[in-house]
Amino acid sequence: MAIQKRKAKFNRRSPIAAAIVLAAGLLLSGGGYAIASSAVAAEAAPNAADIAEGHKLFLANCASCHGKNAEGTQNAPSLIGVGAASVDFQVSTGRMPGAASGPQLEVKPVQFNASQTAKMAAYVASLAPGPAIPDASLIAANGDSTRGGELFRINCAMCHNAAGAGGALTQGKYAPNLMGANPKEIYEALITGPQNMPVFNDANLTPADKNDVITYLMFLESNPSPGGNELGNLGPVVEGLFVWLAVLGGIIGITVWLGAKSN
Amino acid sequence: MSTASNTQKKGGFLAGTANYLDERVGVAGILKEFGRKVFPDHWSFMLGEVALYSFLVLLLSGTFLTFWFQPSMAVVEYNGVFAPLKGAEMSIAYASTLDISFEVRGGLLMRQVHHWSALLFVAAAGLHMLRVFFTGAFRKPREINWVVGFALFVLGMAAGFTGYSLPDDLLSGNGLRIIDGMIKGLPVIGAYTSSLLFGGEFPGETIVARLYGLHILLVPALILIFIVIHLFMVVIHKHTHYSGPGRTDSNVVGYPLMPVYVAKAGGFFFLVFGVIMLVAATFTINPVWNYGGYDPSPVSAGTQPDWYIGFLDGALRLAPSHLEVVDAFGFTWAFNILLPMIVGVGLLAVVAVYPFIEGWVTGDKREHHVLDRPRNAPVRTAIGAAGVTFYAVLWAGASTDLIATNFKTSLNQVLTTMQISLFVLPVLAFWITKRACLALQRKDREIVLHGRESGRIVRLPHGEYVEVHEPLEEFELYKLVDFKAYQPTLARPNAQGKITIRARIRAGLSRFFFEDRIMPVTGSELEAAQHDHGPAIESQETKALH
Amino acid sequence: MSDSEHDYGTGLAVVTDDVVKNPGIEPHRVRMTDKSVKHENRASRQVTAMFLASIAGSAFAIYAYFAFPITAELLTVRVSTLLLGLGMTLGLFGIGFGAVHWAKTLMPDAEVAEDRHITRGSEEVRARAIEIIKLADSESGFSRRKLIRRSLYGALAFFPLPAIMLFGDLGPNPADTLRHTMWKAGTRLTKDPTGTPIKASDVTVGSVFHVIPEGLSDLSEHKLEEKAKAAVLLVRLNPEDLKEAEDRKSWSYDGIVAYSKICTHVGCPVALYEQHTHHLLCPCHQSTFDVTEACKVIFGPASRPLPQLPIAVDSEGYLIAQSDFTEPVGPSFWERKI
Repeated sequence: MAIQKRKAKFNRRSPIAAAIVLAAGLLLSGGGYAIASSAVAAEAAPNAADIAEGHKLFLANCASCHGKNAEGTQNAPSLIGVGAASVDFQVSTGRMPGAASGPQLEVKPVQFNASQTAKMAAYVASLAPGPAIPDASLIAANGDSTRGGELFRINCAMCHNAAGAGGALTQGKYAPNLMGANPKEIYEALITGPQNMPVFNDANLTPADKNDVITYLMFLESNPSPGGNELGNLGPVVEGLFVWLAVLGGIIGITVWLGAKSN
Repeated sequence: MSTASNTQKKGGFLAGTANYLDERVGVAGILKEFGRKVFPDHWSFMLGEVALYSFLVLLLSGTFLTFWFQPSMAVVEYNGVFAPLKGAEMSIAYASTLDISFEVRGGLLMRQVHHWSALLFVAAAGLHMLRVFFTGAFRKPREINWVVGFALFVLGMAAGFTGYSLPDDLLSGNGLRIIDGMIKGLPVIGAYTSSLLFGGEFPGETIVARLYGLHILLVPALILIFIVIHLFMVVIHKHTHYSGPGRTDSNVVGYPLMPVYVAKAGGFFFLVFGVIMLVAATFTINPVWNYGGYDPSPVSAGTQPDWYIGFLDGALRLAPSHLEVVDAFGFTWAFNILLPMIVGVGLLAVVAVYPFIEGWVTGDKREHHVLDRPRNAPVRTAIGAAGVTFYAVLWAGASTDLIATNFKTSLNQVLTTMQISLFVLPVLAFWITKRACLALQRKDREIVLHGRESGRIVRLPHGEYVEVHEPLEEFELYKLVDFKAYQPTLARPNAQGKITIRARIRAGLSRFFFEDRIMPVTGSELEAAQHDHGPAIESQETKALH
Repeated sequence: MSDSEHDYGTGLAVVTDDVVKNPGIEPHRVRMTDKSVKHENRASRQVTAMFLASIAGSAFAIYAYFAFPITAELLTVRVSTLLLGLGMTLGLFGIGFGAVHWAKTLMPDAEVAEDRHITRGSEEVRARAIEIIKLADSESGFSRRKLIRRSLYGALAFFPLPAIMLFGDLGPNPADTLRHTMWKAGTRLTKDPTGTPIKASDVTVGSVFHVIPEGLSDLSEHKLEEKAKAAVLLVRLNPEDLKEAEDRKSWSYDGIVAYSKICTHVGCPVALYEQHTHHLLCPCHQSTFDVTEACKVIFGPASRPLPQLPIAVDSEGYLIAQSDFTEPVGPSFWERKI
């Protein structure tokens, strides 16, 4: 929650970017990943009991920063109207509860299981209408990858890199690597605009557009580069370093062997 | 001659061929002249070869690519096998690049061979230049060959850049756009030059075809010509060698061209090619399919040039804000673009003329064929280190964003740090390197005069403990003493009795170069030292008192 | 080479006769393969084995070419590239390592010395060279016949000029095209790449739209050139966050502002919008613009703010341009202010 405080100063709390970073972190924390990915809240509409339990969890884990009624404090923004999608994104990727202060929320091991997350989301969603957790049909990744690729390049690649490898923003913030992010996280990030990521509402990218983008990203994810190791997909800088250190380094090794006298 | 060839006819096919060639192109004379030419052997002498071989690989793989690549910017709908681009509108250049990658067996391999060897070509040439610089191999009579080599380095960058832009993908298109922006910033001619280059407004429909012509014809032809001149001069001068026993300015010590050098250098070609092939088979380079065809609206994070243009891109990034003067004399002075260009071009210019500067300062008109050990030219080595540092900061400047994300720091802080580093680090590098060289020279003197510490402690009869120093073998010792020191000069009046500014500058520079210096051990010093130590242990006593 | 033969200044070098004596080339160190037939035979077998491995590698590459064709499945490209490449690598390495191993172990490795000759020609040669030049000069009258010589210089100076002129048609004069874009009064703002018009109500706070002028997709030519100038970024801020100059108050609509996406530095698309800081970052050279303050430069090498596109809303609620940009978009050029 300490992070949330820092965020509040800049009045930002967007979970999208976080979702993306999450992917990388999740790979590291395999256990967390399993929990998070099973956390799809495609359950039936939450009942009052869920909401009540969610409120309890909220009071125990979130209220110290976000306020008892999620109205926000000096340390963290109000959560009224952020919707279930936002809660699900932030919590299921481990970004929330926030830890140490920093330029932006980091992906951490996930602290709540799927049902706990769903209850908290239900509680926050009950406060005011907001973006809901996407239905499975919206994130089926069965769209048009060509169109998705084009939309991705126009709307996303400037921050997240054409191959989804991530990139730098100002003052220590960054757009996370998208490889490893699941369709639900991507969708939630698009509709909630986590941290400094803009919101892509349905007038901007229609649900079909979003599905296309997800389709494209899932294609990248499931098709490793036909050229071999991707070197992080970070572009010419890494290629240049590689040529100096590995290629030229290896060749110098050969020249030393070549010039050494045989015994 | 004819009788000789008649008797040799019995020698079979080889002799027959040799005879045939000799009688038509005089191959015997060529072999007699060059067949046993001596080449010194040292690993650092092969860096230029690496560049040469990369160039050959570039010619081979590049020719392969031309059979499929179509340098046209006409728009087509892609209908190849790469699913996420199916149906997309793109230029023929980009579509044919995708086809090479996905529909020609070995096409992607050759694309990767071509691109990796391009990066390697410039890298190896750069490292070769550093070797030549730090060993003083550019001194008389090789100053002109230094300039030729420099031209090759610049041509290598030109070849690389024109090639980088051909696939017409998002990355190369944005690269071209940056070039367009830089050109537009030139005073007076900017907008016209841009329009001429692109055939109108950016991006136009001709730039890929124009760059293609340069990339596959003009630039490689120039590189080839300069390589021939470069190697021709190596033959004229014969290769330098490192100082060592038996090596002098009037001989060359090494292995004969035939057979040893041919086998080693020939084998080395296959090894360099093999390394390139191995890397191309296993590591992706420039995955153009990720970027999509060029569209002026999108851009990818991490849009950077290939490494050898990085220093210019870095210079652009490091320029401080608000440098541009909009209204001087009614014109726009884009100093935020001009200043980085001046820095980049200026750095290259200093590299090109350095041999002449040093030659003027030392006034040394002798031929040099024995190389300097870098420590024996402390100021030159320090200048080199400062230059390398300056270049490296500019280069790193081109990846501020990646540094920030990978080391979890702020982009803004990284950039500010680089701006300061650009001025501070070279000075620091100069100072540290110079001091280190002088210290190493002192150490050499110590070792030559007093031998090497053996780690063996001996107790003398009167109870004192001393460490035994083992004298060096004379062959090893000679490496450490075979160099010439220089001393600074004063500004002297000329024939008219005037001290010219030129003379003052030269005197100042000579002081800068040679004020701090360590003289090589002289014959008499060595003799005195050896006499001191004597053969027996008791003489260690005097030595231990040092 | 003997230094005494010519007057070669030593400059600032300290030249002394009191040098350590050069001991001459080190004696040759005998290799195992020189003294042991067993080692020699082994080295010979090794070299042969490497050459044979090379043949195997090349053969494998040919096999892989046919056995692993590429299909519409992306993975087959990967496999083909890898196996072809590895086979050829072995083919190359076998030859390379074999040849070098041969040279190192079985060819003589005693170093030999060869004399160098000074680069400068001997006095006789130089004298003869000068003689030839003088002869050529007197026979042609090159120095003597000033008029011929100078007119030749003139001709040589002039003859490339037509060739330079021929490059004139590489491109038109830039004229006014740099100052205008497709935007004009009433042009609707539409989404890139679909060309769908945008309603003001679609643009919620915190969202960002990548915008092209209506009709761009219908252009039959110069589509990319127009797009390269006309690309716009549309964002909505809380109106109280906007610090607008008096003369620009009418350029925005209810907190919605539109700015050129083309960097005023060297022209990259400036598109990284941070919704909470309201900063726009260029990914190429990190120039940062503050959307709340008319996109002025707050960091990085750019100098000028991004040009703003004055916008309004038409009767149907769609966003339209009030006019073209009021200044040239993109990088600076010399005549920009004229």
